[in-house]
Amino acid sequence: MSAVVRVIPCLDVDGGRVVKGVNFVDIRDAGDPVELAARYDQQGADELVFLDITASSDDRDTTVDMARAVAEQVFIPFTIGGGIRSVADARRLLRAGADKVSINSAAVKRPELVAEISSEFGAQCCVVAIDARRSEATASGFEVYVKGGREATGIDAIEWAARVVELGAGELLVTSMDRDGTRDGFDLPLTSAISAAVEVPVIASGGVGGTADFAPGATEGGATGLLAASIFHFGESTVAEVKSALGEAGVRVRPAD
Amino acid sequence: MSAPLLAVLDYGIGNLHSAHQSFNHVGADARLTADPGLIAEADAVVLPGVGHFGACMQALHDSGLVESTLAAAADDRPFIGICVGMQMLYEGSTEAPGVAGLGILPGTIDRIDTSSEPGLVLPQMQWNELRPTVADEPLLAGLDGAWMYFVHSFAAPATDDVIATCDYAGPVTAAARRGTVWATQFHPEKSARSGLRLLTNFVDLARAGADDRTEVPA
Repeated sequence: MSAVVRVIPCLDVDGGRVVKGVNFVDIRDAGDPVELAARYDQQGADELVFLDITASSDDRDTTVDMARAVAEQVFIPFTIGGGIRSVADARRLLRAGADKVSINSAAVKRPELVAEISSEFGAQCCVVAIDARRSEATASGFEVYVKGGREATGIDAIEWAARVVELGAGELLVTSMDRDGTRDGFDLPLTSAISAAVEVPVIASGGVGGTADFAPGATEGGATGLLAASIFHFGESTVAEVKSALGEAGVRVRPAD
Repeated sequence: MSAPLLAVLDYGIGNLHSAHQSFNHVGADARLTADPGLIAEADAVVLPGVGHFGACMQALHDSGLVESTLAAAADDRPFIGICVGMQMLYEGSTEAPGVAGLGILPGTIDRIDTSSEPGLVLPQMQWNELRPTVADEPLLAGLDGAWMYFVHSFAAPATDDVIATCDYAGPVTAAARRGTVWATQFHPEKSARSGLRLLTNFVDLARAGADDRTEVPA
């Protein structure tokens, strides 16, 4: 039997509140993290990702408090990403109750961080987020970007995926910066190229505009996690509706009951 | 209906807090502890674990809790190992050759064989359906076909102790029991309502055991 694909709502968090950027620029307040997490759990969400976009590192204590509050009341796995630069940062979030941490720019800056977090806490809680854009600067045609998709690195996204898995990443969260916010669906060539290059679970992200956009991420992209944000936050679709669309497309999911 | 005292063994590894919080959520008085006295007097004992088998065994030795763990598993109080906490109950693991497990359950932990389905990656990081292999198992009451959250690349062998499997390129050991020692490979504390039901079943076992012990002989 094929893998059971996970549907993963993503919540952007600033100062302990959930917000969602459209193309990472305009930001609207979309609610309280614990309430939203509980609502997604009830809808049948398989996991949650919280992306911390808090600008000041002083304010990141609010993210640790948020992790603790979510872990006390919501009993599905959740990942926190954003602003994690050291083993100590990761430890604070994991001890507060996060199941995994996701690192992005800090891994590009210092790849050894992947190995450090993986060996300290296990590969299962070490997610590397890769933001990629189509580019002529790299062999595969996909380039790693940092700083919310604004800064090119010159690194080939497919080679980078293989490298971080070698270093100990247990899962990859692959966001197409070309598709993010466009509602045109996942970037399937990007997702499938990374899925083919690594032997760890891949989460597809960026571009979902409707329930029909999810299934191709698994069937054509090879992802086992499918992530979306605004389509859930503004009540356009529920996780249950997405799962039923996935089921109809022949993708195995945990029923939303 | 008193809240049974659960000792959740704190031996210094990663995220032990969700196990502890989720047991409190279903009505236990769960304490994260490394105190042998508290472990000895608890109504039930929980051995969590995440990450690498060798690292977890090392951390358990370093914390000085091996003796307390073996004693708790040997008496008639309910005991449960979760995820790597389950794996540590066995004799060893091919993940860490040469590192002895606790040897409470016979057999060796081995990597899941996915060769029959090359499309399935390791770890199994997904929800999967529980298939009980025995009837009337109190830990699994109401959970036939329930979905639980798994994160693992290694699993326990198909011995007589198995009480449930899941399907990942073939049957994979999902839960085991020997006497009053239970074990789950999945994370009930991360498995939403199904997981909370299993934790409630375990807390009920702890409560029943506590009531038996406090009964005053006539």
